[in-house]
Amino acid sequence: MQGTSEYTPRTGIERWIDKRMPLPRLMYDSFVAYPIPRNLNYAYAFGGILSVMLVLQILTGVVLAMHYTADADLAFGSIEHIMRDVNYGWLLRYLHFNGASLFFLAVYVHMFRGLYYGSYKAPREVSWLLGVILLVLMIAAAFMGYVLPWGQMSFWAATVITNLFSALPWVGDEITLWLWGGFAVGDPTLNRFYSLHYLLPFMIVGVVILHVWAFHVTGQTNPTGVEPKSRRDVVPFTPHATVKDALALVVFFILFAWFVFYMPNYLGHPDNYVEANPLVTPPHIVPEWYFLPFYAILRAIPSKLGGVIALAGSIFVLFLVPWLDTSKVLSAAYRPLYRIFFWVFVAVCIGLGYIGAMPPEGGYVIAGQLLTAYYFIHFLVILPLLGFIEKPKPRPASITEAVLGSDEPGDSGTPAAAAAMPERRG
Amino acid sequence: MSYTYPTTAPDSASNPQPTDPHGEPSRRDFFIIATGAFAAIGGVLAVWPFIDQMNPDASALALASIDVDISALEPGQSITVMWRGKPVFIRYRTEEEVAAARETPLSDLKDPVARNENLEGAAPATDENRALAGQESLIAMIGICTHLGCVPLGEAGEYNGWFCPCHGSVYDTAGRIRSGPAPENLPIPPLTFVDDTTITIG
Ligand code: HEM
Ligand code: FES
Repeated sequence: MQGTSEYTPRTGIERWIDKRMPLPRLMYDSFVAYPIPRNLNYAYAFGGILSVMLVLQILTGVVLAMHYTADADLAFGSIEHIMRDVNYGWLLRYLHFNGASLFFLAVYVHMFRGLYYGSYKAPREVSWLLGVILLVLMIAAAFMGYVLPWGQMSFWAATVITNLFSALPWVGDEITLWLWGGFAVGDPTLNRFYSLHYLLPFMIVGVVILHVWAFHVTGQTNPTGVEPKSRRDVVPFTPHATVKDALALVVFFILFAWFVFYMPNYLGHPDNYVEANPLVTPPHIVPEWYFLPFYAILRAIPSKLGGVIALAGSIFVLFLVPWLDTSKVLSAAYRPLYRIFFWVFVAVCIGLGYIGAMPPEGGYVIAGQLLTAYYFIHFLVILPLLGFIEKPKPRPASITEAVLGSDEPGDSGTPAAAAAMPERRG
Repeated sequence: MSYTYPTTAPDSASNPQPTDPHGEPSRRDFFIIATGAFAAIGGVLAVWPFIDQMNPDASALALASIDVDISALEPGQSITVMWRGKPVFIRYRTEEEVAAARETPLSDLKDPVARNENLEGAAPATDENRALAGQESLIAMIGICTHLGCVPLGEAGEYNGWFCPCHGSVYDTAGRIRSGPAPENLPIPPLTFVDDTTITIG
């Protein structure tokens, strides 16, 4: 997308297109010749996994939409129809349903990777911000999708989440009426959620393109956090990243297939196989696992508006991370203190997820409040302070030195491939 | 491709009031600002139908009120009816329940307002102000937790009133919030007696 292009059209057709709309050139320069740091590890494979999962969700979603009926009286039945009557309907639905879970698993690993290797620091702030926007869009898409089967959990999740807006002062009640299109969650709500559930993934595709564009301008980070300095520090995207991402994807798909074929309902809730009943709330309502940490934060604050502010804040604070972290060192590998706090933070997030699944009583309430406090302290206190307190370890002079122990031209592992690389970044 | 654009205003023959070279706003500036402002206002107004279409439509607003026959209710029994897509609890309370609600001092309440649509203004949340006028054992209220909208369970919780399973809000026997995250008492819908045993909601 910048710098010199490596693309040479070979055939007449390619030359014809290249003069008119150089899309093949763009693809070649972005996904074949594009230079990536030679030391990327498997934590860097999740972006590719996410892209594939997004395409898969759209594919399974579009075919499910051919059989699904968005009507409060018919939706639940149409899901059973998909499961029992439609050819391979069970497979398509289980792929879509478990696909959403695995999508979130991948995005959380991807985000923790970013936090560990300082992917949000200058000059990659825009990539990070677009990433947080993607998280918000995914949350909205998955939430509205979960409402579509119109089971008990669908209905009550829709009720509780839309009621969050009623906490807003003055306009809250009008906004909830507007969201519902009635005086309670009902048929109009289901219809608009379906419309938006269809739309949002395509908006996600658009933001993904911007996200990729942003980090192709700056180049990716790498486990050393030292920017590539010479051709020896980089290798071309294809075959290196393509093959590595493909292997990671296969392993990820084994996990995916294990859920789809052996425990397709493990990540769901049995109450969602009971049709929505506006008169009875299930005794214990919990969101999908991927929302549990946020749910725990919502419940930690014993006031309606306070809980909603904490919930919104827990996501909003992610937008501020590039400016909250005062350390110039990217990779946690060279930040002895941050590294410890990073893993504590991971544990706290998992702990919040556990609390979110537990009933809101006794010790769970206190634990939820402590963990919520820590979540915010991590971002608002620990990140800014560490940059001043911490003494980073010495960093290698270059990526190649970190990999091979020396950065003499003769030592370079892949001279042919690296030599072919254009000098794109400094 | 490069075009050169005239950098000065067209000559005064086609423009009777040329741009004032000393920076005074001219007629042209006025037109540009006025046109821009109209376009902006028009754009904003054009968005409104796209937003307003999501508000409750005519069929949702044309909600009939419902008549409920309460003749079969015995002390200690409740029924739940649907009104505007929401559950309404109607309970014939026992003497103990009424007594417990009456003995509660107003200072113990989290929300001191009656939340009764049949009363003017912010009446205090006494039991008398929440029970059905004329039949103090009967109480009718919208069975939606004022926290995030779950349906509370009856004869449950610390005060043996209602208990919301979602995030643990506790209501007393007059449907008043006593503890938990919910901010307000359960609201009382508009109620009128048609005859001794039938009430109209709405
Ligand atoms: C970002 C990508 C997407 C995510 C995270 C996602 C998530 C979900 C979730 C969690 C459900 C509920 C599954 C269940 O409990 O049965 C669902 C249902 C559904 N989704 Fe999606 N979805 C995505 C994309 C799409 C697309 C692009 C379409 C259609 C064009 C679509 C159409 C549907 C339909 C028709 C249902 C109802 C059938 C069912 O529940 O299996 N989805 N989605
Ligand atoms: S909805 Fe009743 S306590 Fe939250």
